[in-house]
Amino acid sequence: MAHYENPMRGSSLEVKVLTERFGIPNVEKLDVFVQHNGYEGLRKALTMTPDAVIAEVKKSALRGRGGAGFNAGMKWGFVPRQSPKPKYVVCNADESEPGTCKDRVLIEYDPHQLIEGNIIAGYAIGSHQGYIYIRGEYRYLMEILDRAIGEAYAAGFLGKNILGSGFDFDLATHTGAGAYECGEETALLNSLEGLRGYPRVKPPFPAVVGLYGCPTIINNVETLSSVPSILRNGGDWYAKIGTPNNGGTRLFALSGHIERPGIYELPMGIPLRRILEEVGGGVWKGKKLKCVIPGGSSCPVLTASEIDVPMDFDSLSKIGSMLGSGGVVFIDEDTCMVKAAWRIMKFYAHESCGWCIPCREGTAWLKALLERFHGNGGMAEDIDTALDVSYNMLGKTLCPLGDAAAMPTISILKKFRHEFEEHLKLGSCPFEARGSESGVRVSAGVAI
Amino acid sequence: MADPITLTIDGKPVSVAAGTLLIDAAKQVSVEVPSFCYYPGLSLQGACRMCLVSIEKMPKLQTACTTVVTNGMVVHTETPEVKNARKSMLEMLLTNHPLDCPVCDKGGECELQDAVFRYGAAETRFLETKIHEDEKKFSNLVYYDRPRCILCYRCIRVCDEGMDVNAYGIGFRAAHSEIIPNRGEHLECEECGMCIDICPVGALTSGTYRYKTRPWELTYTGTICNHCGDGCKTTLSVRNHEVIRANNRDHSGINGEFLCVKGRFGWDFVNNPQRLTLPRIRRNGKQEESSWEEALSLTADKLKSILAAHGPDSVAVVGSNRTTNEENYLLQRFSRTVLGTNNIDHHRTADFSSLVGALTAAKATDRYATMENIVGAKHIFLIGNDPTHQHPLVAYQIRQAVRQHGAQLYVISQGDIKLRRQAARYLQVQLGGEAAVVSALVGASALPNNLIAGGSEAFGAFAESLKSAVDLVILFGDAIRGDEVRTMVRWGLSMPGETRFAPLGDYANSRGAADMGMLPGNLPGYAPVTDESARRKFESAWGQATPISSGLHIKAVAEGIEAGRIKALLVFGSNPARTFGLSKSTLAKLELLFVAELFSTETAECADVVVPATSFAEKSGTFTNTFGQVQALKKTMRKAGTKSDLEILLALARLLGHKWSYQSADDVLREIIALVPGYAIALPNLLIGRAVATRPEGTPPPLEKPDLIFSSRDNLFGSGTLSRYSWALNSVDEARKPYGHEF
Amino acid sequence: MLSDALKQKFDAVIARYPVKRSAIVPLLMFAQDEAGHVTEEAIQEIAQRVGVRPIEVIEDIGYYSMLHRRPIGRYNLQVCTNISCMLRGGGAIFEHCSKKLGIGHKQTTPDGTFSLEEVECLGACCGAPAMQVNYDYYENLTPETIDALIDGLRKKNPASET
Ligand SMILES: Cc1cc2nc3c(=O)[nH]c(=O)nc-3n(C[C@H](O)[C@H](O)[C@H](O)COP(=O)(O)O)c2cc1C
Ligand code: SF4
Ligand code: FES
Repeated sequence: MAHYENPMRGSSLEVKVLTERFGIPNVEKLDVFVQHNGYEGLRKALTMTPDAVIAEVKKSALRGRGGAGFNAGMKWGFVPRQSPKPKYVVCNADESEPGTCKDRVLIEYDPHQLIEGNIIAGYAIGSHQGYIYIRGEYRYLMEILDRAIGEAYAAGFLGKNILGSGFDFDLATHTGAGAYECGEETALLNSLEGLRGYPRVKPPFPAVVGLYGCPTIINNVETLSSVPSILRNGGDWYAKIGTPNNGGTRLFALSGHIERPGIYELPMGIPLRRILEEVGGGVWKGKKLKCVIPGGSSCPVLTASEIDVPMDFDSLSKIGSMLGSGGVVFIDEDTCMVKAAWRIMKFYAHESCGWCIPCREGTAWLKALLERFHGNGGMAEDIDTALDVSYNMLGKTLCPLGDAAAMPTISILKKFRHEFEEHLKLGSCPFEARGSESGVRVSAGVAI
Repeated sequence: MADPITLTIDGKPVSVAAGTLLIDAAKQVSVEVPSFCYYPGLSLQGACRMCLVSIEKMPKLQTACTTVVTNGMVVHTETPEVKNARKSMLEMLLTNHPLDCPVCDKGGECELQDAVFRYGAAETRFLETKIHEDEKKFSNLVYYDRPRCILCYRCIRVCDEGMDVNAYGIGFRAAHSEIIPNRGEHLECEECGMCIDICPVGALTSGTYRYKTRPWELTYTGTICNHCGDGCKTTLSVRNHEVIRANNRDHSGINGEFLCVKGRFGWDFVNNPQRLTLPRIRRNGKQEESSWEEALSLTADKLKSILAAHGPDSVAVVGSNRTTNEENYLLQRFSRTVLGTNNIDHHRTADFSSLVGALTAAKATDRYATMENIVGAKHIFLIGNDPTHQHPLVAYQIRQAVRQHGAQLYVISQGDIKLRRQAARYLQVQLGGEAAVVSALVGASALPNNLIAGGSEAFGAFAESLKSAVDLVILFGDAIRGDEVRTMVRWGLSMPGETRFAPLGDYANSRGAADMGMLPGNLPGYAPVTDESARRKFESAWGQATPISSGLHIKAVAEGIEAGRIKALLVFGSNPARTFGLSKSTLAKLELLFVAELFSTETAECADVVVPATSFAEKSGTFTNTFGQVQALKKTMRKAGTKSDLEILLALARLLGHKWSYQSADDVLREIIALVPGYAIALPNLLIGRAVATRPEGTPPPLEKPDLIFSSRDNLFGSGTLSRYSWALNSVDEARKPYGHEF
Repeated sequence: MLSDALKQKFDAVIARYPVKRSAIVPLLMFAQDEAGHVTEEAIQEIAQRVGVRPIEVIEDIGYYSMLHRRPIGRYNLQVCTNISCMLRGGGAIFEHCSKKLGIGHKQTTPDGTFSLEEVECLGACCGAPAMQVNYDYYENLTPETIDALIDGLRKKNPASET
């Protein structure tokens, strides 16, 4: 089997909370895990009331790592205490946001930490069944998880009467089969119910009407993996690591034109410039930075002049972008932004579930327009048309995928309008003409 | 009831019930919010985003179709932002939509076209290549054109939620998404065609209508379907005296948007070239074409001589259960006065008489169920019928009741009927066992052994759960008749709440035939012919005496023919050779066999005189559906050479020396309203297209023979002679599946 | 024919859910793993086991991009060209594979050994350019490593064996 190279490249700026056990030999095995504080968070939780667990998580200011950044404890608090129906915990391991590959290491290097987080969440909301929805491509990770879940059952961390507490919890993995949209929480629920991954109308929210119509919490892998250490060390401890309202650390996946691509656990609020220069070793090949996608391809791009921003949810939102899923993509001076916009749109056009008009038709339109534009068929009106079509998608779709497609496009069209105009003036791609685009060509743009 | 919610829409205050959707609230103050995917009664999609509106204190535009109103909500539907959103939805929809409106079937009645006209986006900025897909033939009746499809998912929902057939799905993803049928390349379903009508654009088109005409070239007449006993309203679209299609454009009937395959496609027998258009007379053993004059005077002459030689009771009449009330009424008058005999009967498919008798005896004639009662019912008890096949609208309404307000359905039936999927309780009984089970259920007798799958345990559980039912609507088929109807009614009336009853009879006017007294033992309105005061009422209106003793029912007539006592048989819109098994040799014994028909049936082939009758599309009058609801039939076209039964009867009566003063069906209807108990209906209601409920009251004579009542057990694609001559009904593969096949 | 092992796995997977139809997508994936694609038989079997109509299973196959109803090559080269990979030469990697195998996007070599597909983000952005061969990840690809990989696979699975 081919190797997935270890993306944990290490940096002195790292603060190891989630990754504290990474590198301990065989820590994916339960006995080793237990020797290193494993399941201590769960033990602690089981001595507390469920409400106290939720309060602790609220206090930690742990915000969802899946993209939206919603306070995790608050979300758990929305689940009705008394429910005639069963409740569910769903862990979102669909990780498909371009630029993001951090959930993967959490599962590969410390699967029990995630399992522990799931059980604690179940205890907190009074659920007895959890599912980990894992993207279809991550088959080897599912096998790792299945093995770990088996161990946890055997050792009494899962199943009936966990650790003699009287609390029962079952956990199973569920494979996806290739659909970005199934990362969106309600589409994920439909997918988990065996349906096409179409999103649901909200309200009602999953916390009240979720899986099989029952109260359900959905949390990202990184979010749930953060929970055991919060229980172990206290919410205050965790909150202090980050900036106000943005507790703890987060895994940043650095990719693109950077010297040391990799995954690094850094405290919330660390400035983007430090990530680039001190963690990532600067732009590759000594080139200049053109822009950064700060949190996965759905986020508006930041120009080189905007990188002094602290990397937390609130600071990025203040400058019109998002922290998203922590996938930081660096783009160098020799990259054609028309092509970048096209490639991003090609993704959304392929992954739109097709349910609602603006997303289905808008992404297909923009993809075709940008492809033509970059392929030298551009016209002056195209720029404003593309901008307008993007705005016509923004905020008008059923689920946020439409926004995810519109936002980066709008930011590129606005911040790099001059590159579009250069294409028009030159009648071809200025970057390709200069030969500066290293091996990046528009390949067959087949949508399906 | 919760307190109403008050909100403001475009400055207009409006109060609506809690739980109302904003899109519906807007309609109440005449604010139109455009929509494609929203369809009242079907699940919410939030897919087309056409209904975006601005709500104060909400950061983004909201879909009116998914927003439940709240107190104090302030809504704006015409802000520049909203207008732009609509326009842009349309612009995006049109990117891959072929602009083939000039040849598209939907042109002129297309919701997308209308929306573009109203909200703009006629000029496009889309310069890319459109995604193309070839048109697909899903079945002989349904075609799909992907490029025109706007993916509103109405077809999928109506098929799934409305029909419980679920023949459609969605294939692929993103801009390549498309509607797919359930059997690879084609559709296997009930072929109701609801998907075609509900499609807002020309994506799903009708195999029988496509590329035939433009909708504005048609004249539209709302009338009543001629097939089953449910009485769906259908709009016939006619050009040059040819019916081109049927649908229910205005959704105004008791069927709302519903029509089954027969209602939507099965009218085409009207255009069948095999329609009779010239009378025929048998000469030297062979039928030859003749003039109307000749055919009718020959009939009258023969009748005169038979009556003179053998007396009135040597003549018998068989009427139809799909001709109008007016025709049936006249036919029995003709029989009783012109001929002077009570030998008149028809194919009885449910025991309407016994229900009238039982409810009258119990002073409960307010307990006839109507179609509306089914939709509103909380508890429905269905005995011995398969509405999916025999009463498609009833099946649809039962599903609505179950789906929309959780109605409880209890079913007793022989076969594993499709509605079992909606049933809270189901009891499967042996062939012919319904009556015994009902009788045991109501405590009138012990439960015979081996009648029920699951034995006495299943029976006990069923009986127990039925006990909690209130306001039951009881629907019963042909197995419950005579005394069993009385027993069941007695039990039903002892149940809590207001129990209501409806017999489920076949054919468009079975109920009307019985109501109009097309029976040997009773007059119109169910009074026995032996009831002198009832007789006198009609006699004084008609200025003539009527026979005082019961006539022969159809089986006795058959024996009478064999025995040589019956010399002449007049048949209107019926095929006794097939229905009652009257053989050729039996019919050959008659001195006169007269048949008025649309097609040459087995009976007509043996006739001495056959005259071409008009179809339902070519005449006016009324039908009474199996629930006793009267509806108006409207003349939509002419068929050269044919005459209605009404005209035929008037002519025959005249030739036999009787002066009837009726000018039209209306005159007959007025007489019915005046004379027939239960039929004192308000004419205006009828004229504006309502279904007007009747409440017959009377003490009909007991049922002479149980086997006089039997259903023909037609399947979804059949209804006797008419369906045999429908191309559409015979063209679908499903029509050849065995009875009861589920799709 | 679905193997007995697969049928047993079906039972185990279905048992995980309170509502059987939840198992459809996993069952489709496992059936595809065995046969190389989702066969008609698998569709019927899954529909029947979870109690849905076959069209509902077919709807799912159309939606999920990893599922396919036609046979593909023994080794499915899924090259990511999404943004992070594009920036580090993913497009060229795809072109290289295409040239070397003589096939394009969603095509299969005549001997049935290889299929090629341009896919969306695989979650291997830090090892860009990356690809998956069936379920195996390969990262930091160059034309040279691709050549070695393809040659190695070809040796492992000579066309005559398939
Ligand atoms: C189109 C779309 C794709 C998404 N994909 C993912 C994903 O792959 N993984 C994830 O954890 N969250 C994803 N999300 C976010 C989820 O909807 C949801 O917010 C998240 O799982 C909640 O968990 P958290 O609160 O722990 O972040 C996606 C959202 C959208 C709109
Ligand atoms: S925005 Fe609309 S089409 Fe796009 S993924 Fe969401 S619901 Fe589907
Ligand atoms: S009608 Fe509201 S989204 Fe379609």
